[in-house]
Amino acid sequence: MTANGLIQIALFSAIVLLVTRPLGGYMTRVFNGDYVFLTPILRPIEMLFYKLAGVDEKDDQHWLRYGGAMLMFSVAGFALLYAILRLQGYLPFNPQGFGAVEPMLAFNTAISFVTNTNWQNYGGETTLSYFTQMAGLTVHNFVSAATGIALAMAFIRGFSRASAKGLGNFWVDLTRCSLYVLLPVSIVVGLFFIWQGMPQTLGAYVNATTIEGAHQTIAVGPVASQEVIKMFGTNGGGFFNANSTHPFENPNAITNLVQMVLIFAIGAALTNVFGRMVKNEWQGWALFGTMSVLFLVGALIAYHFEAAGNPNITALGVDQAASALQAGGNMEGKDVRFGIANSALFATVTTDASCGAVNAWHDSFTPLAGLVPLVNMELGEIIFGGVGSGLYGMLLFAIVAVFIAGLMVGRTPEYVGKKIEGYDVKMTALAIIILPFSILGFTALASSLPFGVSSIANAGPHGFSEILYGFSSTTANNGSAFGGLTGNTPFYNITLGLAMAIGRFGMIVPMLAVAGSLGRKKLVASSVGTFPTDSGLFVAILTAVILIVGGLTFFPALSLGPIVEHFSMIHGTLY
Amino acid sequence: MSLAHNPMASEPSSHRIKTSSLFRGDLVRQAIVDSLVKLSPRTLVKNPVMFVVEIVAALTTILLVRDLAAGAHVGFTVQIVFWLWFTVIFANFAEALAEGRGKAQADALRRTRSEAVAKLLQKNGSYEIVPAAELKVGDVVLVEVNDLIPSDGEVIDGVASVDESAITGESAPVIRESGGDRSAVTGGTRVLSDQIKVRITAAQGSTFLDRMIHLVEGAERQKTPNEIALNILLVGLTIIFLFATVTIPSFVSYAGGAVSVTVLVALFVTLIPTTIGALLSAIGIAGMDRLVKFNVLAMSGRAVEAAGDVDTLLLDKTGTITLGNRVASEFVTMPGVSDHELADAAQLSSLSDETPEGRSIVVLAKEKYGLRGRELANLHAKFIPFSAQTRMSGIDIDDHQIRKGAADSILKFVTSNVPNAIVPREFQQIVDKIARAGGTPLAVSKDGAILGVIHLKDIVKGGIRERFAALRRMGIRTIMITGDNPLTAAAIAAESGVDDFLAQATPEDKLRLIREEQAKGKLVAMCGDGTNDAPALAQADVGVAMQTGTQAAREAGNMIDLDSDPTKLIEIVAIGKQLLMTRGTLTTFSIANDVAKYFAIIPAMFAVFYPQLGVLNIMHLATPQSAILSAIIFNALIIIALIPLALRGVQYTPRSAASFLIRNLVIYGAGGVIVPFVGIKLIDVIITTIGLV
Repeated sequence: MTANGLIQIALFSAIVLLVTRPLGGYMTRVFNGDYVFLTPILRPIEMLFYKLAGVDEKDDQHWLRYGGAMLMFSVAGFALLYAILRLQGYLPFNPQGFGAVEPMLAFNTAISFVTNTNWQNYGGETTLSYFTQMAGLTVHNFVSAATGIALAMAFIRGFSRASAKGLGNFWVDLTRCSLYVLLPVSIVVGLFFIWQGMPQTLGAYVNATTIEGAHQTIAVGPVASQEVIKMFGTNGGGFFNANSTHPFENPNAITNLVQMVLIFAIGAALTNVFGRMVKNEWQGWALFGTMSVLFLVGALIAYHFEAAGNPNITALGVDQAASALQAGGNMEGKDVRFGIANSALFATVTTDASCGAVNAWHDSFTPLAGLVPLVNMELGEIIFGGVGSGLYGMLLFAIVAVFIAGLMVGRTPEYVGKKIEGYDVKMTALAIIILPFSILGFTALASSLPFGVSSIANAGPHGFSEILYGFSSTTANNGSAFGGLTGNTPFYNITLGLAMAIGRFGMIVPMLAVAGSLGRKKLVASSVGTFPTDSGLFVAILTAVILIVGGLTFFPALSLGPIVEHFSMIHGTLY
Repeated sequence: MSLAHNPMASEPSSHRIKTSSLFRGDLVRQAIVDSLVKLSPRTLVKNPVMFVVEIVAALTTILLVRDLAAGAHVGFTVQIVFWLWFTVIFANFAEALAEGRGKAQADALRRTRSEAVAKLLQKNGSYEIVPAAELKVGDVVLVEVNDLIPSDGEVIDGVASVDESAITGESAPVIRESGGDRSAVTGGTRVLSDQIKVRITAAQGSTFLDRMIHLVEGAERQKTPNEIALNILLVGLTIIFLFATVTIPSFVSYAGGAVSVTVLVALFVTLIPTTIGALLSAIGIAGMDRLVKFNVLAMSGRAVEAAGDVDTLLLDKTGTITLGNRVASEFVTMPGVSDHELADAAQLSSLSDETPEGRSIVVLAKEKYGLRGRELANLHAKFIPFSAQTRMSGIDIDDHQIRKGAADSILKFVTSNVPNAIVPREFQQIVDKIARAGGTPLAVSKDGAILGVIHLKDIVKGGIRERFAALRRMGIRTIMITGDNPLTAAAIAAESGVDDFLAQATPEDKLRLIREEQAKGKLVAMCGDGTNDAPALAQADVGVAMQTGTQAAREAGNMIDLDSDPTKLIEIVAIGKQLLMTRGTLTTFSIANDVAKYFAIIPAMFAVFYPQLGVLNIMHLATPQSAILSAIIFNALIIIALIPLALRGVQYTPRSAASFLIRNLVIYGAGGVIVPFVGIKLIDVIITTIGLV
């Protein structure tokens, strides 16, 4: 590890910290329907949408209606995207003349984008037309993100409202999020990205003749516009197959930094929204603190092991130390533009959040550095997390933590003024069970079936990690790939698709049930006798509960993957 | 019990049932038998975690029998199966031991009930002897000297002294009479003198005695809401660990290894929260038991939990904050009146006054002015008793009229008798000053002249200020309820350190105050005894009715204090908190234990085919088999080790939530991570040494 690398990690952390409060304040006002500086421009458009769709802005939805609207919207989005993928050949903006995407792959891709996963079993530049990328994928990059944020708002209202039947209106939340939060940032940062060298064109791919005289086709397209929302909405689906390692998707160190900040921005800001809505910003900072601890530990572990490199190569007499002339460490699968620190940091950030964009090949990481993204996803991506889903995932763990430890102060458990009772615990447990159920269940299935095992590229524990990573990434709606796993097979298209749907909706429905139940409850007064959930102590408790309840469940599987691979590597065996 | 050692219990009730040793021989023997009986799946299904362990133990036993039949080497499996069954039996033992203590008490109560007969009054005035069990609501019975009162009821005629020790443990008899607040009688108590007619108010099976038997016995105990919720969480964790375990065989087969069912079962059982699962119901029963020992009956477990959650305590001034009676503390003379003159008049006027206040005046006169008590009979005097109309009392002696009473009454008396009486300017000032200081001014006059004022003082109980401070540290607000005027109330509130007060309180005021507090999201506890307290008792989240109170009050409250000591409200809160805290600490401990268990079993399970994973064996356990066996033995023995804690409750002293949390986190959270590492290593050394593996 170098001072330069650590400074870059610190700089990134500082920017996220600075963004949290202003963006949190802005989003709180937006979702409360208060006046913001964009109101004069956007309010008429917003009203127009409601009028066209016949939405009553004041209609307060019960959690079942809220959830129903969300599900309807997702199913319709899935159907539309599936149709676009299948009918691609007949649709405009297709200069390369790509034909229909085959059914299994279309199924997988449609679920992938509706669930904000953006797992890509296809190569963008060789499969999809500009129309599909823009009208199909980019649209979902917006609305699947807006859906996640809307759900988080519904959950927050469950805590902030007292004796209320409704959780807000899904259509209003969806519209406001897209119009006031996602679009303005996308436009501004998109222009910045174009300035930094990203293509933004509807023209055909460029044919170039290299200095040696060879002919080369250079894929271009409306990249910049998709790139912002890919990060800001924690979608992660690259325009190109190479994702953020591609120079057109991530031209330089500045865009790399901006992309990482975009990934964390909304997740971090939502903790502040939560604090503001429950009228104690420290409650939000406690969640932020827990996320920060888990983030920093992960980033430093990943950085440490990548910087250390592979001891077997050192043993061969290769100099792996960092110096002015070389990055040092394990540079396999990394771009020299980003080096060790920014690749390790990016991998941590993209899996802490449910983004899944990559700027280095996680498959090539040293085993324990590769363990970090795995664990991040298996915890449910609650470290800043997917937009919205990170917050409600973290809040579900907070409920468990409060329930386990809260009794220790001699009161029945309560969190930000809401008593946590049997029904809430039942639904929270249901939501949390989804992760081990889907990740471990599908991994067990795939690792014991011949057509599961045949897709993996490497033998031994590394191959096992590839399968485990695939189902962790899809269940947690991350979408990043470890690489090495050939996902475009009928078995994986279906199972990974199911994992995405189960991971998303299997968690959302019980989560909304908790929100509905909490919203109906009275607010309990707090005193010095109340379990303090806005302190450093709670950060420690919450972190411990997340690691013990969420993390240790995966310990057996991780032992057979990256952990055993690490000790094998030390003993000279590589996979 | 630990409560006895804490400052909250600085005034323990004098006759608390003696604390018995936790592991008394007869109770333990009975519990051992019961723990085997409780193996019945029908009983065990109520405890999901232990039920799962039983299923797993049964399955492993079947596999063991199969292996035995096949002639395989089963030494290790036998031991695992043995400890699995013991895990279940230990859990049953904990519950049986907790129940056993209540059962003995219930048997004694039941004997009282079975021998009772009733003298059922007929229309013609004669009575017929019938078994108490045949009485119906509305029947009127006659109860004479030495008769047991056959059932709960209300005295409609007569007055009697009643021995209620069967219920309360208090040996001093109490007076029960028709009308008013002392008309309720309880079945199973005995009339010591006189006779009364009682109208039966409770059907058989729902009398106070029945409810009490039911409660102390813990049979068909209803789980409390928090206990149910905790059970759900434990089930959730069990399911999570089920997924973690059942997926292992296919991971292992991918790696080219194999893992036996016995080992998987061992991992599963050690990971699921068996410790808290085993002790949860024992903790609940023991909590109720602690209340019973404190002579408080909770009508529902919900009330005990609510007690832990209480934010606001409504306390009656008299008897709780101040001693029941006011005491004369000072004689303040008017100008020109000597101290002796006033003391003499005050004493004379009080000689026949048998109220505690009257006696305290005589005592003060003797202590301060050396005036000896005089026999009224020798004085040729006429005593004027207190009446509600005149609001004063006094004495006519020789030609003198001496009166003492409320300031305005004396003023009226003086000015109406002596038209040109001079009332000193200072009089009103002194009266106001005493009232402001929290005292009650009692004016004394002699023949149309006001001599002075007696300062009657409320005596705040010793140590009460510290107790309120302790409550404040726990975030509990105390509100004093009093019929006094705001001035007096404010002074006593200041002196006692209570947070707030409600002066000139009517029952309606009380009810409104409770509703206001509840609207602010607070849980309120109060105690009361009169019929007019009933609505407030019912509205409060914790309503403690006094056993001496009326039937209406007792039915409205969700707890009954058999000692009728309103101060106990504070201890009730402490017991509720201690119950919740015990539950929380053992849950945290149980879950924190998992870390060590993973590190014991995972390397043992996988090192066979991935020797590199031997590095994870950080405890350096001897062999894979000894590691697994040690983990499962630790898992079983920790249940036994924690039974005393579950039954006694964690140590409790009033402090803030944050400081509780730090203490309990260090002991039970960090301790929960470390203890099993040490324990499992120790067991591993022992079983390896004696050659079990």
